[in-house]
Amino acid sequence: MASKVLHAIYRDDDLLLQAVKQIREARYHIGEIYCPFPVHGLDKAMGLAPTRLAITSFLYGLVGLAVAIAMMNFIMIEDWPQDIGGKPSFSFFQNMPAFVPIMFELTVFFAAHLMVITFYMRSKLWPFKKAENPDVRTTDDVFLMEVDAANHNVEDLTDFLYKTGASEIKLIE
Amino acid sequence: MIVGAIGLIYGFIAAPETVEDVKEMMASEHHGEEHAGVESSEINVEQLPGEGISEEHAEETHAAAEGGHGEEAAHDNEHYEHVLHQLQNKPWSALYVAAFFFFMISLGVLAFYAIQYAAQAGWSPVLFRVMEAITAYLLPGGIIVFVLLMLSGFHVNHLFIWMDPEVVAHDEIIQAKTAYLNVPFFLIRAAIYLGGWILFRHLLRKNSLKMDDATDNTYFKKNFKLAAGFLVFFIVTESMMSWDWIMSLDPHWFSTLFGWFVFASLFVSGITTIAIISIYLKSRGYLEFVNDSHIHDLAKFMFGISIFWTYLWFSQFMLIWYSNIPEEVVYFITRMEDYPVLFWGMLVTNFIFPVLLLMNSDYKRVNWFVIMTGIIILAGHYLNVFVLVMPATVGESWFIGVSEISAVLLFGGFFLFVVFNALTKAPLLVKGNPFIKESKHYHY
Repeated sequence: MASKVLHAIYRDDDLLLQAVKQIREARYHIGEIYCPFPVHGLDKAMGLAPTRLAITSFLYGLVGLAVAIAMMNFIMIEDWPQDIGGKPSFSFFQNMPAFVPIMFELTVFFAAHLMVITFYMRSKLWPFKKAENPDVRTTDDVFLMEVDAANHNVEDLTDFLYKTGASEIKLIE
Repeated sequence: MIVGAIGLIYGFIAAPETVEDVKEMMASEHHGEEHAGVESSEINVEQLPGEGISEEHAEETHAAAEGGHGEEAAHDNEHYEHVLHQLQNKPWSALYVAAFFFFMISLGVLAFYAIQYAAQAGWSPVLFRVMEAITAYLLPGGIIVFVLLMLSGFHVNHLFIWMDPEVVAHDEIIQAKTAYLNVPFFLIRAAIYLGGWILFRHLLRKNSLKMDDATDNTYFKKNFKLAAGFLVFFIVTESMMSWDWIMSLDPHWFSTLFGWFVFASLFVSGITTIAIISIYLKSRGYLEFVNDSHIHDLAKFMFGISIFWTYLWFSQFMLIWYSNIPEEVVYFITRMEDYPVLFWGMLVTNFIFPVLLLMNSDYKRVNWFVIMTGIIILAGHYLNVFVLVMPATVGESWFIGVSEISAVLLFGGFFLFVVFNALTKAPLLVKGNPFIKESKHYHY
């Protein structure tokens, strides 16, 4: 009993979104959907949990801010005190405005880069990874939906999927 | 149905109207006192800014007069005279700050409104009538500001020290600037800015009302061109306005990004006011076509422009702080030493609160959350204008007393009255705008 999966191909994102809603209403299970571009609202239609990437991004930003403060304090105040426009040396606070641009930049830098890396890791993407797309056309102009067919009558399911607007359907065993 | 809506709106306006009337009366009574004070003799003026303090000052002057024998006393008197002048300026400044603050809100809304047209924005047409209503304050508010400037120009008060010929006679820096800073040219410029803005506002509103009955897009196209023209006119005149009306209060000091700084402040206050009034009307059931996505977008603007304001504030501050040139840094020294709480508190209310409160995407959709943040932002930008104006006119003898509070109440009440009155004048949903359907279905 290997898992049986139907690959249904759609040619339009609105059609796909409509089909996703119908299929979920009919209590079929959608495994994965491959799209050539992000489809607005698809995650909600599929019932995926909301992303937690924004929270990680905020935390990374705080890390960046902390790194910037520690770094500037070490470089400019402790290790080799610098004269900044005649302001008192040896004081982080009194020289702080000069460090604000660096603090800001590192906050953004950490938040952005670490968020992207987190996203890659979470999506299991890394360099030289082999593509998982079952059909190369999903990188061009078609949308492919994997529907679980293990516990269902394949013919009924196929008929139903054609009715939702699928243009071709393949059974994968 | 629309007639019903208008009637209902008028009904609830009646309530604020009466409350505001009371406030206005209170304020104008006080206002009368101020005028009387300024006109009559100096000792009377000493008593004007509030009961407790005036007594204190009276005692002080008294003491000074009693001990007034030697040079020390003369010096004291000089100091008191200085404080006296500052205190004479105080009610005027309070009036000016409040008048300018509410005027700048409606100007900021007009700029936002014009941007929606010029960008052919699809999300915002459901909010157009709210924006138009807020810009209705431009005419009365502009006239009030102009009258205040005229009074300064005719030496009724001394807000702008470069208007005083005696000061100019002893001041080479101002002398070098008299080609630009002189009273007639100053008033002509103010008239041009105000006339231009009010004219653009009038035409945009007129076309918007005509669009309701129009069958094609001619008025929309007209408004598109008008809005684009306005934005060009606005960004030039707005900068010059900020130099004239605010920066020239400190005639020795200048900053090249001052126009942008004031722009950021008026823009974020305007957007915040749109959000607050929309949410209020929605809670009363008048704007059922405004959904959370519209509020979300307004909150995004509040968030973004607050950061933009801070960016400009810091850009201005850091360069001057870093180079530490006396003629420039004196501007910040007076603000940091005499207004420490307001000066730093402003950063908390205008930056830290909006950033932390509005950062979460879901919070931008929670209406009461947006209102609370909006009130903080508005208070913060009132303080911003306060800190822009007061140190130059009142100096270290500032405090938030009766005249400040009543000025805010007076203009706040008048502003609300004009805005809600304007809301009753037209249906709350624009018709004939080609984007209205998209806007109604707008969903983020």
